Amino acid sequence: MTSVSARTIVICSGKGGVGKTTLTANLGIALARLGHQVTVLDADFGLRNLDLLLGLENRIVYTAQDVLSETCRLEQALVKHKQVPSLSLLPAGNPRMLEWLTPEDMQRIVSLLAERADYVLIDAPAGVEQGFRNAAAAAAEAIVVTNPEVSAVRDADRVIGLLATMNVQPVQLVLNRVRPKMVMNQEMLSVDEVSDLLALPLLGLVVEDEQVIVSTNRGEPLTLKDNPSPAGRDYRDIARRLGGEQVPLNDPTRERRGLRARLLHKLRTTTGLF
Amino acid sequence: MTLLDYVNRLLGRQKPSGTTARQRLQLVLAHDRSDLNPELLEQMRREILAVVQRYVEIDLDSCDVSLETEDRVTALLANLPIKRTRPQPLPAPDDSDIAEEPDAAGGSDTPRSGDPALAAEAHGSSDPAEVALPG
Repeated sequence: MTSVSARTIVICSGKGGVGKTTLTANLGIALARLGHQVTVLDADFGLRNLDLLLGLENRIVYTAQDVLSETCRLEQALVKHKQVPSLSLLPAGNPRMLEWLTPEDMQRIVSLLAERADYVLIDAPAGVEQGFRNAAAAAAEAIVVTNPEVSAVRDADRVIGLLATMNVQPVQLVLNRVRPKMVMNQEMLSVDEVSDLLALPLLGLVVEDEQVIVSTNRGEPLTLKDNPSPAGRDYRDIARRLGGEQVPLNDPTRERRGLRARLLHKLRTTTGLF
Repeated sequence: MTLLDYVNRLLGRQKPSGTTARQRLQLVLAHDRSDLNPELLEQMRREILAVVQRYVEIDLDSCDVSLETEDRVTALLANLPIKRTRPQPLPAPDDSDIAEEPDAAGGSDTPRSGDPALAAEAHGSSDPAEVALPG
């Protein structure tokens, strides 16, 4: 209940299934554990899932819809996380909200949330249609999530173009589901390549990690743990960078390069043959 | 990666797919960002060639006009090898001629389907005319 100038950040991707909601949940928990007051807003009214990933699905009484229609006060709708009480969720309302919700409605909700938080994270729906535009209209800055795959990168570029026209700034990049071995074999776009193609500063990368699925199964984001798995550590690094800390980029494609890969790389760079 | 892929890579027969992905994305993002569809780009290409041809004789077979993007700035790159200059510029054709004339030159491939590696090579070999597009 401190900050007058909360940071309002929309988390978006264009393509679905690249990890927006997982990032929102993990980032929310990590930022809260770093001592910030955080509210996450599920702006994916059509297909809401943020409640599920945070393990809060059984505690929802009111939603953003009820706040807008003044059926309840904002405090009644916010769901506090039990383990991390400085994190709360404003759940998405009914999918029918999409028919009447305007960018102004979203701005109203977010400015209410901003009064009582340091960070407001807005989990945007996939796509570039009205739902996304509503979510982006309410945010000052953005994080674009993408995977090192052609379709995800192309869709991210569309979103970045739209964010530029909406004066959302800064826009930073998170590359999710990186497979270090494939990158080393040059069978996957590298972190630098994606960052160059999209011309966005890199906020962080997240390695592919089975534990992400385990954690979503349980509704316990990886960043709840003190010694998280590789992806959890990546999410935590991203949270710290977002807060302005200088955290060096953990690039596993450099760390794990074995003898064979080093020799191959050397051969490649010296001969330029393949 | 299977053993066969590995051998192919070692022999230089096959590019790694990550490289292919980057090159394909460079082209497709340039087109997406410029909002020029391939037909319009082709029409513009023909008209540019027609204008240049009035002043110099160009090698139509190795002409290359394409969009490239770096740091969110999209540039129109034209690489038009000159055979010889004309002592006198040819008269300006009618508008109707511009669209038709140079099409017979075998350059009807849109740059989108062209090999990006070749395009990059051609740019290195001579001075491409660069025209920055807004956005």
